[in-house]
Amino acid sequence: MAKQPAAVVGVGQTHHRAKREDVSMAGLCREAIDRALLDANLTLDEIDAIVVGKAPDLFEGVMMPELFLADALGAAGKPLLRVHTAGSVGGSTAIVASSLVQAGVHKRVLTVAFEKQSESNAMWALSVPLPFNMPVHAGAGGYFAPHVRSYIRRSEAPTHVGAIVAAKDRQNALKNPYAHLKNPDTTVESVLASQMLWDPIRYDETCPSSDGACALVIVDEDTAAASPNPAWIHGTVMRSEATTAAERDQVNPQASRDAAAVLWKQAGITNPIEEIDAAEIYVPFSWFEPMWLESLGFAEANGGGWRLTESGATAMDGRLPVNCSGGVLSSNPIGASGMLRFGEAALQVRGAAGEHQVDGARRALGHAYGGGSQFFAMWVVGSEKPSN
Amino acid sequence: MARTLSAPVTVAFDYTRSTGPVLGRFLTGLRDGKVLGGRTSEGRVVVPPPEFDPVTHAAIDEFVEVAPTGTVTSWTWVPEPVKDQPFDRPFAFALVTLDGADAPLLHALDVTAPDQVSTGMRVRVRWADERVGAITDIACFEPVVGLDGVESDDPGPDRARPQPRNEAATERSRPTDVSGVVTPVSLDYLYAASPEESAFYRGLNEGRILGQRCPSCQKVYVPPRSACPSDGTPTAEEVEVSQTGTITTFCIVNVPFLGQKITPPYVSAYVLLDGADIAVLHLILGVEASEVRMGMRVEAVWKPEEEWQYSLENIDHFEPTGEPDADYESYRHHL
Repeated sequence: MAKQPAAVVGVGQTHHRAKREDVSMAGLCREAIDRALLDANLTLDEIDAIVVGKAPDLFEGVMMPELFLADALGAAGKPLLRVHTAGSVGGSTAIVASSLVQAGVHKRVLTVAFEKQSESNAMWALSVPLPFNMPVHAGAGGYFAPHVRSYIRRSEAPTHVGAIVAAKDRQNALKNPYAHLKNPDTTVESVLASQMLWDPIRYDETCPSSDGACALVIVDEDTAAASPNPAWIHGTVMRSEATTAAERDQVNPQASRDAAAVLWKQAGITNPIEEIDAAEIYVPFSWFEPMWLESLGFAEANGGGWRLTESGATAMDGRLPVNCSGGVLSSNPIGASGMLRFGEAALQVRGAAGEHQVDGARRALGHAYGGGSQFFAMWVVGSEKPSN
Repeated sequence: MARTLSAPVTVAFDYTRSTGPVLGRFLTGLRDGKVLGGRTSEGRVVVPPPEFDPVTHAAIDEFVEVAPTGTVTSWTWVPEPVKDQPFDRPFAFALVTLDGADAPLLHALDVTAPDQVSTGMRVRVRWADERVGAITDIACFEPVVGLDGVESDDPGPDRARPQPRNEAATERSRPTDVSGVVTPVSLDYLYAASPEESAFYRGLNEGRILGQRCPSCQKVYVPPRSACPSDGTPTAEEVEVSQTGTITTFCIVNVPFLGQKITPPYVSAYVLLDGADIAVLHLILGVEASEVRMGMRVEAVWKPEEEWQYSLENIDHFEPTGEPDADYESYRHHL
């Protein structure tokens, strides 16, 4: 039996902040869930199953969110699953939720992903020294900075391209009422003038630490008929690879390239840059925009990505608007960041993105990656029901 | 000699929990010497209050003060307490339904033998000496009935008296309700290196850098692997690699953070040792950070032999050899 059609009919997110001390984790999740249900015109009682995702356990010291959140999520008497794929978890959680509908197992699935970074210290959690090893790890920035350097060398990119991305995303965030960072004065020059943290990554080229959550309501074709603007799921894909391996390409990982190829095929897309109207790509450090543009096939490897960014093509009014929401660079509740990409893509094709709407967006990409660039989750959503 | 090396690790952090309005109200009550329940849509009073109603899913917003006395509805005996439990000698955990509540609260009960506890027995809250707005403000429950079987409010000479409410403290202004609690978490575990890694660390204790060649793909892994990440085959053939290599790529760490072992700024670099097919991450010294380059040739600088252990830290750092930089083509497939 072929996959059943599935659509996003509800998107909800919190106001993302450095510290949401006004709410518990349960309260944070419910803030997103209640908005998603309102958007979907459904109640918790009408939901068949719930899929939850969050960042790695050490990040917030919660090992079994499905256990302690079950009642707050309205999961009593229903299946409740937890998904676990590092930084890509928000994306993979949404994909697991959608697969329950596509498989015909459930008709109305609620999915939520969250993180309260303020309750812990992700930098510490990512840098716990292990016996016998050299304690040179320095958080996510320390991990990714050498690979950004590799990209710059391989692609012979001018060094200001990262700043273009950061300035663009921060300006886009001003149009998103939920975004964490609201810095109207951010320009390419101000980014370049900010402190070099993990050389070659500057302070303003890094994502913030945010508290936040995102929730989606994913339903079958019959339920979607009641929605004025469902975002139909045209393709979903997840791929993984080893953290370290001899000669592993950390700039353009095999798993990322493979995932993109499968995704475009599923969605019937042959020329992504022409056929995708808006992309929400997981860019926690500015240089990952050109890196992923190449890996996803929007541009030629080893240089096409930065040329696209530098040309302005990824701006809100460009050929391929990327991260109109402000992206991970403007809001980063790690556990939720992937789902925010997926949800923002859905908002675009539903015409519901408000001030950061791309006019007439019909097909959009949601993308997340995690671990040491080793977990990938992506989907394409469209305003029309897929024909395939 | 054990086949594998292991070492203790402690991962500890004080997580700062936001309570949200409902649990915050409950903890504020405890701080003020009151036990608050939440009333659900079905009219039940639940302690501690659930954040959301189990039927309507709405946030709980009606709070009811219940009595500090109640009835044991079930219990379990703890013959051997572990660290950080409420008592360091045998005691009971009990489900106590407080008078005025419809659902039980789990807490410790101060009894010293299992024959002193029974379902249906009457107990009361023993407050902690100092209340801060945490569940431990209830130090424990204690029996209301004395050993003579007579119900008595006299706790007896050898029992801690319940802390009377400190009226002065209650009168004092309470500027803010409790909105957070600190939850210290500490995990102690034994980190075990694989047999292959153990051979690598033992080599370091002899001043050698040992890798192993994968029999399938012929790549030399440093450290060696129980399973080659590319094909799953255990690496087997031991290969001693050079102490000299090439910086493939690197990061200059300028940012200080909690738990950091090396004072920034420092250069963290991938060093591809001659004879290896995968780079190791290490520290670069002996050169200004701004002078470090991709392709720079570096060599291991060891700590004094008397400081050696089974650790990559036996190599204090890598520093430039002064040779010409490696050709980009020689390492580009390692980026």
